[in-house]
Amino acid sequence: MTCNFSASNMPIDLIKQLRTFLPQESVLHETEDLRPYECDGLSAYRQTPMIVVLPQTESQIAQILQLCHATQTPVVARGAGTGLSGGALPHAKGVLMSLAKLNQILEIDPLTRTARVQPGVRNLAISDATRPYGLYYAPDPSSQIACSIGGNVAENSGGVHCLKYGLTVHNILKLRVLTIDGESLEIGGDSLDSPGFDLLALMTGSEGMLGIVTEITVKLIPVPEKAQLVMATFEDIQKAGQAVANVIAAGIIPAGMEMMDKITIHAVEAFLHAGYDLNAEAILLCESDGTAEEVADEIERMHSIMKSSGATRITTSQNEAERLRLWAGRKAAFPAAGRVSPDYYCMDGTIPRKHLANVLKGIETLSQEYGLRCMNVFHAGDGNLHPLILYDANTPGELEKTEEFGGKILEMCIHAGGTITGEHGVGMEKINQMCTQFAPNELTLFHSVKAAFDPQGLLNPGKAVPTLHRCAELGAMHVHSGSEKFPDLPRF
Amino acid sequence: MQQVIIDQFSATVRAAAENSQPLHIRGGGSKSFYGHPPSEHAKILDVSPYQGITEYEPTELVITARAGTPLAEIESLLRQNSQMLAFEPPYFSETATLGGCVAAGLSGPRRASAGAVRDFVLGVRILDGTGHDLHFGGQVMKNVAGYDVSRLMVGAMGTLGILLEVSLKVLPLPTVEQTICLEMGETEAIEYMNRWAGKPLSVSATCHVNERLYMRLSGAESAVRAAHTQLGGEAYPAGDAFWKSVREHSHDFFKPPVPLWRLSVKSTTPPLSLSQTKQLIEWNGALRWLTCPKESPVDTIRQAAQKAGGHATLFRRHNCAIPVFQELSPALAGIHQRLKQKFDPAGILNPGRLYPEF
Repeated sequence: MTCNFSASNMPIDLIKQLRTFLPQESVLHETEDLRPYECDGLSAYRQTPMIVVLPQTESQIAQILQLCHATQTPVVARGAGTGLSGGALPHAKGVLMSLAKLNQILEIDPLTRTARVQPGVRNLAISDATRPYGLYYAPDPSSQIACSIGGNVAENSGGVHCLKYGLTVHNILKLRVLTIDGESLEIGGDSLDSPGFDLLALMTGSEGMLGIVTEITVKLIPVPEKAQLVMATFEDIQKAGQAVANVIAAGIIPAGMEMMDKITIHAVEAFLHAGYDLNAEAILLCESDGTAEEVADEIERMHSIMKSSGATRITTSQNEAERLRLWAGRKAAFPAAGRVSPDYYCMDGTIPRKHLANVLKGIETLSQEYGLRCMNVFHAGDGNLHPLILYDANTPGELEKTEEFGGKILEMCIHAGGTITGEHGVGMEKINQMCTQFAPNELTLFHSVKAAFDPQGLLNPGKAVPTLHRCAELGAMHVHSGSEKFPDLPRF
Repeated sequence: MQQVIIDQFSATVRAAAENSQPLHIRGGGSKSFYGHPPSEHAKILDVSPYQGITEYEPTELVITARAGTPLAEIESLLRQNSQMLAFEPPYFSETATLGGCVAAGLSGPRRASAGAVRDFVLGVRILDGTGHDLHFGGQVMKNVAGYDVSRLMVGAMGTLGILLEVSLKVLPLPTVEQTICLEMGETEAIEYMNRWAGKPLSVSATCHVNERLYMRLSGAESAVRAAHTQLGGEAYPAGDAFWKSVREHSHDFFKPPVPLWRLSVKSTTPPLSLSQTKQLIEWNGALRWLTCPKESPVDTIRQAAQKAGGHATLFRRHNCAIPVFQELSPALAGIHQRLKQKFDPAGILNPGRLYPEF
């Protein structure tokens, strides 16, 4: 047996120690075994980890953490590896801990409407298991057939229905967490609140930087009696944006509200033949769910709002099959991008909706400037924009150009009063833009929060929050609401 | 003008930090009864002058206001636009401010169906314990850049920072609200509330008191009517006044001058058998208010709450010897103290208001 990391004896010792409490097959270190773990859903970033461990129990996780703590070895947690920001990108000198084997639904309590699950359980598996009780887990990120609930907690994942039903942070009650020194914490409770600071919110979306989640109690909600969809076609993107505002102004919170731009409509139609209008500048999908009475009422109002907002074509789903067919196009947007281009790069900015038309115009200008096409899909209800930049990784320099284009889109989102990431997380990908969104004192406080949990910085080091040094080297300037803050301060 | 006020606050904080002078952050003073009293040596920092709604666009579903803004002003503007703070915050006095509402982190009857204060906080601007002016979160619904410091401020009782501005998600007012009333005992009510909470009905609040279960239905007229048919019970015409009295503790249940406990528990917990106590139940069973004689059996109450997956707070009329909030596990207490130390190294922001240790 050869070891690829013979520079020091550490890996060999570490492997030996890990194997005292983990089965042989749960400690991987041969290059070919490590390969599948070198990236997450953001495949442009790759790094082979030193060791991969696949624990199966909480006590194994605690032992791994204690060992890594004692040897000062970085630990990167990984769920299903579907993340889009490189949050689970391995550390070259670290242990990658896959939580995939902790995949049990431990308890479903239909009367209290909760489920207690392990972190490796797939998001959709929770809803599948609870549907017989008329209940489901609401957050539905597009990767829900594959992504794990542990990863959802790490990223505070949303989904198509989150304007009405909330993000992960709104739909969990309790976490069991292990700190880097292997200490067990119970955060949240079976009740609706807890004494002290809201550590449940702090842990959610913390990208594996504060602790390892070993068990999650999620809230379940009743499956709506009915869902129905209105699809509206617009010849002007501004009008489509206004239609979204008009729906909200009418006091409706749609279950889902999605927009696609022209280039997306064309890509999707070529792929699926869903019957989309190819002359449209934008298509809006607006869903209502609830009791039969509520839905009938709401759909009628949505229809008339679309009409008065200038929609040129309006289709209302008449049955479940038609509803799913109309949705299929939106859900196929990413695969369609993959079909019209060898590679695509998915961005994740959020903006106040009123700036949609301007931001889209700005993206169009950048698209021409960089000579790269960009499709736009938009969670219109909550302002979360997913531009998909189409590129070819085999063309030298095109990935770099794409990243620069993407970075500019994110900066535009900040200038519009938005954020660089709505739901994918910062991870490794958007770490530079953090320097633009936050001021040095704010970044310093983030580092302090991490230090309160992980003083040596062993959990997922180098992710989510940039060092001030990195920001200074980039020369990135913090921007707040479109204006530079403290223009006279020295930058370091 | 407004920046001048912040500069003054910041200067006060810096001076206090230098002199280890504890500060008592005060908005409208409506919740000064809640939590441990401020330290005797604390100097009052009146944050109420920093007020005003800075941004509100109904179609964005977001309102941003300075922390000293009266809650009544915010809710009145929202109502004019047929919107609301869906967590239905208790005031406890007309002077209640947005900052106090967020710092105390208390939510009203709609909490079980719509969510708590923390669920609607989108962003904050704060001064930390060194006087730094910091922004976290923002004005958009989805934002995962950086740790969620905004929600960390909710319920922290001002111990981690001085709230300057808060952005909140708002929701449309329901078209129709109707309260119904059913006669039933506690055990039956707990089961009933939980069973119906698992059905897709538009129940927006529940309360059991004096052998009666009150349920508020909210939504489209057709949906409310359909829900009423399914749930049965009598229409209760004085619904609005009833829910306000529950929210503001002006209901007769809260009147006796004895200690009031707030138990937050697993919603299906059977009636708590604590002698000499009277109970009012909200949130589908997840919130139990207890009044009991002066000599509260503190340990018994706290153990009962813990056993029920939750915690007990001595909400009103406490005596100084009894901790207001349930004790944290040593591991969690350690994290709290380290966070406090990072946000407020000199320990001057509302020290002791939440836990005596910090």
